[in-house]
Amino acid sequence: MIELAGVSRTFRTRSGDIEALRGIDLTVAEGEFLAVIGRSGCGKSTLLRLLAGLLPPTDGTVLVGGTAVTRPRRDVALMFQRPALLPWRSVLANVLLPVEMHGGRRAPHRERACQLLDAVGLAGFHKRLPHELSGGMQQRVALCRALIQQPKVLLMDEPFSALDALTREELAGQLQQVHMDVKPTTVFVTHSIQEAVLLADRVAVLSERPGRVRHVLTVDIPRPRSFGRNAHLADVATCVAELTDLLHDTDAPTPMHIT
Amino acid sequence: MALPAAGATAAVGLWWGTTVIFGIRSFFLPAPPDIIASFRAQPAYLLRETWATLTETLLGFGIGVAAGLAIAMMLTAWRAVERATFPLLVALNSIPKVAVAPLLVVWLGYGPKPKIVLVVLICFFPIVVSTVAGLTSTPADLGELARSLSASWWQGYFKVRLPWALPQVFVGLKLGVSLAVIGAVVAEISSPNQGLGAVIVLSGSSLDTPLAFAAIVLLALLSIVLFYLIVALERLLLPWARAISA
Repeated sequence: MIELAGVSRTFRTRSGDIEALRGIDLTVAEGEFLAVIGRSGCGKSTLLRLLAGLLPPTDGTVLVGGTAVTRPRRDVALMFQRPALLPWRSVLANVLLPVEMHGGRRAPHRERACQLLDAVGLAGFHKRLPHELSGGMQQRVALCRALIQQPKVLLMDEPFSALDALTREELAGQLQQVHMDVKPTTVFVTHSIQEAVLLADRVAVLSERPGRVRHVLTVDIPRPRSFGRNAHLADVATCVAELTDLLHDTDAPTPMHIT
Repeated sequence: MALPAAGATAAVGLWWGTTVIFGIRSFFLPAPPDIIASFRAQPAYLLRETWATLTETLLGFGIGVAAGLAIAMMLTAWRAVERATFPLLVALNSIPKVAVAPLLVVWLGYGPKPKIVLVVLICFFPIVVSTVAGLTSTPADLGELARSLSASWWQGYFKVRLPWALPQVFVGLKLGVSLAVIGAVVAEISSPNQGLGAVIVLSGSSLDTPLAFAAIVLLALLSIVLFYLIVALERLLLPWARAISA
């Protein structure tokens, strides 16, 4: 579904060029959930913007569904770190925004929007304005907005990083459920190892800037997974430990390791 | 509600007490009952002049709002327009409007026209500045959202940028409406043939200070009512605005 071949991206700034990504080769199969993990500033968000068509690559090719990405596409939905809801629109009208922007009529999609909101526990909040909702609820509205057009590809840029720990776990659980139900091809950028292991089929670990794919780890744990006590605790721990090692292992080893 | 009322009552009481205790004469500083008596002596006349000032203010404010919004939207739609005209606008605004009032009489005569024009001149600039500020402060994530949804320029403008700017527009309207009343009175003082400004000029020449105070009180009421009408409109139309600024 997604193919990246030799993708590089360099930003020109007044204080010189910044190479964000270098020679990225990655493929994501249809319906697969890929987590991209790496330290701050390693180009994770840039990678997502390349896939979303918001940014052209400096070098290499980005293919989604077999065609080169040159601009944002309707079958690719993007979810940000912040909910980015329009504060003057009700929850329901926010969810229906993509339909409107793409020139469709809202009425036929209303029922689906309501179903999506109900599925993430927002039944009874359809007419509220965003500021009346908690941060976690707002991010759930953003998730419904991303899903309203039934995208083939779902791109998520640290969507839970602005939330408190418990809400994060709750939302990650809901996202897992959504992915099991509708199976969109998902690229999920995060810096939380736990989230990556809970959600992903594979985890791509990026090196520090310029970002390269250091390793791709397959998470072979049956779904539904959970954070709590369960039958696969040992597998989860192994994956977490492996990813932790990969993230802490720098290209030029320093004498002291902080763990 | 109770505290502001108590403050106002105390201030009026202090003023009244001062005029009684020191025996200040009415033509120097009238006591509150003198002002009420002055109003009750000729209510029809005073209300007619209030109406004249109000219509000038509202007409001028209406034109100022329309012009201000249109100019702000043009300034933010094309960067070249902004760079070509914004310095000129700033220069024009730095001219004290009071200084233009006599010129407007020369150009437009003694009727309501120069008054309306002065109101437009004095109130449109804050509306332009606030609206431009609002239209250029769209958060980056909302802009990126619009782009990721392949929104056209028009959709981005009317569904995201313009609604986002509305709280700022109301900041401009609140500033503008208070200035509009000032503009109307200044224009009336420079060609005193109608309005509360004319009442103040005429009462000055006949040393009828209570009448001047009655006119000033009516002006203050006018200003307060117009200001709070806009505040009420904002609360009605933009219930989300206060949550954003908080």
